[in-house]
Amino acid sequence: MTENYTALYEEHKKLGASFTDFGGWQMPLKYSSELAEHHAVRQSAGLFDLSHMGEVWVTGPEAAAFLDYALVGKISAMSVGKAKYSLICQEDGGIIDDLITYRRGETKFLVVPNAGNAPVVAAALAERAANFDVVVEDASAATSLIAVQGPKAEEILLRLVPAEQHSVVTELKYYAAVEVPFTFAGNTTELLLARTGYTGEDGFEIFVDNDAAAALWQAIAAVAEDGELIPAGLASRDSLRLEAGMPLYGNELSREGNPFSAGLGPVVSLAKESDFVGRAALEALKAQGAGSTSGRKLVGLKGLGRRAGRSHYPVLKDGVVVGEVTSGQPSPTLGHPVALAYVDVEHAELGTPVDVDLRGKAEPFEVVALPFYKRAK
Amino acid sequence: MAKVAPELQYSDEHEWVARDSGDAGSNIVSVGISAVATDALGDIVYVDLPEVGAAVTAGETCGEVESTKSVSDLYSPVTGEITEVNSAVVDDPALINNDPYGAGWLFKVAAESDGPLLSAEEYAAKNGGEL
Repeated sequence: MTENYTALYEEHKKLGASFTDFGGWQMPLKYSSELAEHHAVRQSAGLFDLSHMGEVWVTGPEAAAFLDYALVGKISAMSVGKAKYSLICQEDGGIIDDLITYRRGETKFLVVPNAGNAPVVAAALAERAANFDVVVEDASAATSLIAVQGPKAEEILLRLVPAEQHSVVTELKYYAAVEVPFTFAGNTTELLLARTGYTGEDGFEIFVDNDAAAALWQAIAAVAEDGELIPAGLASRDSLRLEAGMPLYGNELSREGNPFSAGLGPVVSLAKESDFVGRAALEALKAQGAGSTSGRKLVGLKGLGRRAGRSHYPVLKDGVVVGEVTSGQPSPTLGHPVALAYVDVEHAELGTPVDVDLRGKAEPFEVVALPFYKRAK
Repeated sequence: MAKVAPELQYSDEHEWVARDSGDAGSNIVSVGISAVATDALGDIVYVDLPEVGAAVTAGETCGEVESTKSVSDLYSPVTGEITEVNSAVVDDPALINNDPYGAGWLFKVAAESDGPLLSAEEYAAKNGGEL
């Protein structure tokens, strides 16, 4: 596999990051302690390099109608400036990826797929565009993405934005995006600022050309006061998103799974008038009760002991396998183990006691509501 | 780079062994895990140690170390009987990350025999630590 490096690789090395391969990218796993990075995001702010994520532009007169066909959501119903979480599915309803689409104009959209899936999603979009008047352009290689996440994210960003633009940032709603001038390295540059994230906290994701990424990273770090913002790696990103109950492609989501079992039924718009890829299969899955009365369903599990369930560990009921953990680890914020798991729907009720087979030893867990952690508004 | 304490011996499974120097002829050894291992594991959140009186065998598992990201087996580097376990690390596993060669020690063994052990130099050369 090709090793990809983000435009911020040298910054990470300077900060003493340890690296991991993620979707073919050399990404910072952690800089110091992943627990410290996790707590910083919950209590103050963390700075993430997410440049491994994809950026695919979809433009043209039929862009909205095309995305209604290519994705499972009703993208055309979204107003300009907003963002929407959606899925791209196969004909059989299997999930190719989960992604966020930003509407940048009546006929202009930015689709952001996951790192390892970006080429696959870009190719699938290009293929599905055949009968539409649209242009699909994969800008992933040229675009960096920097996230500032945590309760202090807004306060920190306001120090970078000219005073007359402050209201643009403060009034930016969750799941919305705006172009805003940022001043860094002596220059003012328009960036795409989105109030989105994958941590369960308030926060921002900033799309920037690769050649400006390092200067922006340094500028954000420079305006933060001591201890207010620390660089955070993928290890803390994973524990944060798990606490927030967010699915991860490859763990909770896959081509073998389907949106209903994954708890993403509301993302699928069977009500939209137009056809879309996967519609027939998804209608059939819904009619079968996938994830509600039949099959397996994604649930949250709380560990009653100290030991965590991990991906692929069996979930047991009275010694019989009734499911499988997809993600699990000790929750740094809550202080007990948490896990996401697919379990047979008859054992998916909140409060159901189950066991997780921890390398041959059954440990007690309980089905609990998701998300595990929800920030105070 | 992770420190390798020069006065200790090491197993291939990243445990360190310290000879009890206080008492001539003593066969009591202390066991912990190296900073190379704690760095790789990440923040340790749970440790399962053998009980006092348990027999351990060099190269065989005798417990578990759980970090935020993963679980690793703990292997005994020597054969013998457990004489003491460090209850402080059971209560506060972060001690293992913060002071792997000191307060983060794991257990003591009355050793009958050693498994294959490396010198600090050999271990560092093999695992990329710094003496």
